[in-house]
Amino acid sequence: MRKTPIALTLMALLGSTPAMADINFFSTQARPLEEAQQMREIALAPYGEAVNYMPQEAGTFLSRLEAEKGSANGALDVLGGLHGELGSLTPAVLAPLDDLMSTLGEQGISEQYLSLGKLGGEQQRYIPWMQATYIMAASRKALPYLPEGADLNALSYDELLAWGRNIEAATGQPKLGFPAGRKGLIHRFLEGYLYPSFTHSVVREFRSEDAVAMWQKFREIWAVTNPRSTAFGFMQEPLLNGEVWVAFDHTARLKDAFNKRPDDFVAFPAPAGPSGRGYMPVVAGLAVPANAPAPDASRKLIQYLMTPEAQIRTLRATNFFPVVATELPDDLPASIRMSGKAVATQSSAEDAVLSLLPSGLGKQSGLFNKIYRDAFVQIVLRDADIHETLDILAPRLQALIDKSGAGCWLPDAPSDGPCPVK
Amino acid sequence: MKHNRWLPYYLIAPSLLFMGAFFLYPFLQIFAEAFTNSDGGVGLGNFSRIISDFNFWPSLTNTLLLTGVVVPVQLVMAIGMALMVTKMNKGRDSILYIWTIPLGISDLAAGIIWLAILEQFGFLNSFMSAVNLIDAPTSWLNYQNAFALFLAVVVAEIWRGTAIVLVILVSGMGLIPKEYDEAGQVFGASYWQRLWKITLPMLRPSIQSALILRTLLALEVFAVVMMLGGSDMPVLMSETFDWQFLYQQTGAAAAYAVLIMLISVAITGCYLKFLNVPKEAR
Repeated sequence: MRKTPIALTLMALLGSTPAMADINFFSTQARPLEEAQQMREIALAPYGEAVNYMPQEAGTFLSRLEAEKGSANGALDVLGGLHGELGSLTPAVLAPLDDLMSTLGEQGISEQYLSLGKLGGEQQRYIPWMQATYIMAASRKALPYLPEGADLNALSYDELLAWGRNIEAATGQPKLGFPAGRKGLIHRFLEGYLYPSFTHSVVREFRSEDAVAMWQKFREIWAVTNPRSTAFGFMQEPLLNGEVWVAFDHTARLKDAFNKRPDDFVAFPAPAGPSGRGYMPVVAGLAVPANAPAPDASRKLIQYLMTPEAQIRTLRATNFFPVVATELPDDLPASIRMSGKAVATQSSAEDAVLSLLPSGLGKQSGLFNKIYRDAFVQIVLRDADIHETLDILAPRLQALIDKSGAGCWLPDAPSDGPCPVK
Repeated sequence: MKHNRWLPYYLIAPSLLFMGAFFLYPFLQIFAEAFTNSDGGVGLGNFSRIISDFNFWPSLTNTLLLTGVVVPVQLVMAIGMALMVTKMNKGRDSILYIWTIPLGISDLAAGIIWLAILEQFGFLNSFMSAVNLIDAPTSWLNYQNAFALFLAVVVAEIWRGTAIVLVILVSGMGLIPKEYDEAGQVFGASYWQRLWKITLPMLRPSIQSALILRTLLALEVFAVVMMLGGSDMPVLMSETFDWQFLYQQTGAAAAYAVLIMLISVAITGCYLKFLNVPKEAR
């Protein structure tokens, strides 16, 4: 009979676990160790209740959610992910959050962002959480080589090319940089910056003559780009070690450079092409899995994260800007002040062309990015014929869009039915 | 005695269950997945899809070239090392331990180590510029220099994977009866004659299993290539990974997995046929 007390203790322990369970916050954001720690300490600690912040790579994140969707008792309470990631899930994985809209409706979240959160359906599948975008950064050493008459805050792609050539002529090394490595986001540069700037489109004009001219221009720009770019993930690293002087990347991936040596770098808007200055804001959202163990606790955490105070704390932790209307305090780190200014200049530029992240593609969004990366690798790295490559890729692009049924998104004009590739 | 008769089956049951649940079942699932078209029908849609992809031929050639270069070099090196070790009387174990250290290092870690040596601001460049062999650290590990990338991966793979071949060969050499070699010596055979006519033929079973094991591992090479070559040097495994996790097309990823398996089976078949071990020697 000596076993009874042990068994009782075990039962008591097991029985009490659910009541004491932490809130599991599963997220594809703030993944680097340091950032995750800041997320826990700065953004989540003041919440009071214990939150278990679990950052995860997007692929694993999606696989796990898809695998667990059938189980009645999920283990995850709150999900954080980019618009494209949450949008690629089967809609039924995410619980509708329309009930939260009554309390969140008046916080100044952009209507456009809120409608993105419906993922093309009727119900609110995620709440816009935070936003960021891509900008340019340059070492101050590069500034003397700016072509004559060029305004850093209103650069064109021709001027960027001239700048890169000047730097190479002076230093003997190509010093432009793009995040074209496996972990890099060059597909966003192609989809949200290059294509819109040259064709005012991303899907419809995929193989137009404007697009051909664009690829020719990018080949020239690539000739003065550090060839190590195909290994770069986060441009802050090559900027800090001097491999690259002028770079394009996501604000969160330039953060270290601005914070570690704010006096050595400048942030500025992306260049403009013949069709304008394409730029792409990134929206991350908060969602609740349909099988969350305690839906009320999940909603409470989301409400906390959407308060202006928590949004500023999240900004400090992740460098993602608030989506609710709020005043930014003065004591923010250098990276936020610097990129904040560039982001504002970029989005308020007269020739700005707003491009949204691909939406409605669901499971096809990975393939969509592959089309643009393939075009880049074939045309720019492997020197394949531009027309031929685009003609091979265009039907594949059309096929995946047809399969997902996604209509056109900005900057493409709206379509009836799936977005057509001309 | 009934109890005893069933005992062996009870004992192997857990491992059988384990293999069934975690190997056989996923294996069949992947097979089914690979031959299921996107419209749900049975067919070769996934295969035609991966073959028409720009990265298919580069990844296939890279993988086969890597295997073709790395495995023979490792075999020769491992035979040499094994011959040396078996001749040693003192310190034999210490040398073996040191040589097999890379076995204990994960392939990802191995990739990181070699990247730290070979990258632009890595140890090799710093050393060469410190002793004035080069003016400034140069970056030669990039897509424009496919040969250098390939060579870097070959060096890292040889460093990482030779030990496994060595361990198999050393144990194989231990099984060769001394009498054969002594008989050879009595009849005046030179060292090379004894190596070619006695040691290597007697070692054939071990060489066969070492080759099979090492070739299978070479066909699955992934982390080292990812660290050193990234997307500049696609291999079959990295394409499998990307199709599954980046492009989220399980069917295409399964087709790659099946392709790797078919190549593995074909090569293993060749080894079994051409390095045929007589029954009595097994």
